[in-house]
Amino acid sequence: MTEMTNSSARPGRHLDVPRVAKDLVVTALIATAIFGSTIAFRTVSAAGGLGLTTRFDVAFYVIAAVVVGRLLLWIFFWSKPAGEPAVEIPAGIKSGFAHVAARLGKIFGPAMLIIALVFPFLPFTDRYLLDLSILILTYVMLGWGLNIVVGLAGLLDLGYVAFYAIGAYSYALLAQYFGFSFWMCLPLAGILAAFWGIILGFPVLRLRGDYLAIVTLAFGEIIRVVLLNWYKFTGGPDGLSGIPRPSFFGIPFNRGEDGFAEIFGLEYSSIHRIVFMYFLILALALITNFVTNRLRRLPIGRAWEALREDEIACRSLGLNTTSVKLTAFATGGMFAGFAGSFFATRQGFISPESFTFIESALILAIVVLGGMGSQVGVVIASIVMIGGFEVFREAEQYRMLIFGLAMVVIMIWRPRGLISTRIPSIFLKEKKAVSADMVSQGEGH
Amino acid sequence: MEYFLQQLINGITLGSIYGLIAIGYTMVYGIIGMINFAHGDIFMVSSFIALIVITALGLTVSTGLGLTILALILVLVTAMVIASVFGWTTERMAYRPLRGSFRLAPLITAIGISIVLQNYIQITQGARVKPLQPLIEGGYTLMTRVDANGEFAVRLSNMQILIIAITVILMIVFSLMIAKTSLGRAQRACEQDRKMASLLGINVDRTISMTFVMGAALAAVAGLMFLLYYGVIDFFIGFVAGVKAFTAAVLGGIGSLPGAMLGGLVIGLIETFWSAYFSIEYKDVAAFSMLAIVLIFLPQGLLGKPEVEKV
Repeated sequence: MTEMTNSSARPGRHLDVPRVAKDLVVTALIATAIFGSTIAFRTVSAAGGLGLTTRFDVAFYVIAAVVVGRLLLWIFFWSKPAGEPAVEIPAGIKSGFAHVAARLGKIFGPAMLIIALVFPFLPFTDRYLLDLSILILTYVMLGWGLNIVVGLAGLLDLGYVAFYAIGAYSYALLAQYFGFSFWMCLPLAGILAAFWGIILGFPVLRLRGDYLAIVTLAFGEIIRVVLLNWYKFTGGPDGLSGIPRPSFFGIPFNRGEDGFAEIFGLEYSSIHRIVFMYFLILALALITNFVTNRLRRLPIGRAWEALREDEIACRSLGLNTTSVKLTAFATGGMFAGFAGSFFATRQGFISPESFTFIESALILAIVVLGGMGSQVGVVIASIVMIGGFEVFREAEQYRMLIFGLAMVVIMIWRPRGLISTRIPSIFLKEKKAVSADMVSQGEGH
Repeated sequence: MEYFLQQLINGITLGSIYGLIAIGYTMVYGIIGMINFAHGDIFMVSSFIALIVITALGLTVSTGLGLTILALILVLVTAMVIASVFGWTTERMAYRPLRGSFRLAPLITAIGISIVLQNYIQITQGARVKPLQPLIEGGYTLMTRVDANGEFAVRLSNMQILIIAITVILMIVFSLMIAKTSLGRAQRACEQDRKMASLLGINVDRTISMTFVMGAALAAVAGLMFLLYYGVIDFFIGFVAGVKAFTAAVLGGIGSLPGAMLGGLVIGLIETFWSAYFSIEYKDVAAFSMLAIVLIFLPQGLLGKPEVEKV
């Protein structure tokens, strides 16, 4: 009945009632099979084996919600006749809109940068917000690093977190065994991660697409399993603790005579270190962005993008595809190494728990959802994903579930990512943004 | 020698389970050229469904043999049907809306579905491992050896016989389905040229859906057997089993059904022998390294056709 009233109430919308009814019945059956089996029954440990508890009411509500949701989708989204947009936008307004969007896009980056620079000094900024923004910036940096591999070179890497782990463990172990300071370890961690990128990359880069993805995934897991089991060296599942905190270029953040606060004539506050951390990761992220943007204009960056578009053509033109891929892998790995040693110094404690596949999937999701190859997209996607994660902090149990669903929904809604235009790195007369559909991203040759 | 024989039997049993999961990967990859990332988790979900049905039926080891077998058939059918629904829904949500989109998009949605399934089971069934008492006991002693270290017997349990037998039967049934039925013909046609197949009146979307359904049904068989054989499951078993089964599919030659089975056996044997003779902690490393080595030196797999690169 609801369909009938709706179709009559909204002229121009047509609802095929028998078809919708059939669809809803099928939806109900499928939802019953999926939720009726796993929500309604739950196995629990009982005396002498397993027992079963039932929750038919919850299962019923979930099934009902799915059916009603589907009905609402039919009424509001799928009821218009195919091939006819809901509202016709005049071409003039459309191009004007695009013009404004382009303008906004141009000032968006600098605006974000200014906000990021003054953020710690804003009146409402507290410890919690600073910690959250440090986390977001870490993911922005990782996203930009992975963007080199996935967005520019078109190599699908599902084990990116391995380089992050290598960076983190490099710093922690070098500090523990040799007493190196953070500033000595930072470049070393990057170099080591890049080095591992080359070692791991060398044998696998002949592979294409999904094969490369699954091998990189396997490498990520190998690194994690080794960290987990090499108890004597890495502490195994207990991880490494007591990792030294960074100093302000040699000046520690403490209450003492030679502390940061004393030297700069400030009142001692624990927030100083957090603010410093914030600027540290901001600087690291900006370096990543800057280097990427410069590299794009160098022959090597152009080779990456050419490789992404057509590997066979590249080879015919005499590019050494293996070394081009290796540089992308190593550069991406290096930035993950930097981010990893920052992570280690921020947390003060690391364990293999922090470097699971989910982490790789999260970083890849940020890159893809942001729109691969788009630097601004990564920032937006990081804020949306990590910020969204924080919003659902209360619902601890459900947030991964929501995260997975969000990945599916956003991808279906915008397969090309949130920012779906690309600025070419070289151009003839004027810089013209093109649709992301024109570039073959992530085909993973 | 006796120890070796025992490990061989264990390896073949494990390999059968991997082989069954690998068939799902190989069929889907053959037809759409993409990894079904959620496949391992469908395997995990189906073993939970099997556990629920077994508990609901109140099966224990003291149930008579005839009754146990009847009940297990019921469990198997239920798990296969529900897993098929999961497989179909995965295709519908993660793959169909993005057909014709760029390649990475369905991979991301499939990873999303995989995360959803893991956390969904963790929420609804609990995060702790679920133990199940062995249902089928007994077996045959093939060989015994008595020496200074005591007695060592090579045993082939009824459970292992059941697993290997079911795997062989299912392999034959599915190979015949692919070779003889119209659905199998449609699948092979879509594998070769999807556009041409649709021009000839094959419903490509439906064929792809059916491929996911068949893969999920076989994963459900593997899920039940994993549950019965190991007696312990949790919400995370799908990930590792999935990667290993994918390795098996690649090793056997992706797109080839007998190849998937052969690859499964090889991976199962490698894993078992590695745990038996070297170290059990690094058995996953052995399997994953195997994947890299195979892809580098034998990208077309044992029984696969070499891929021709075209402009």
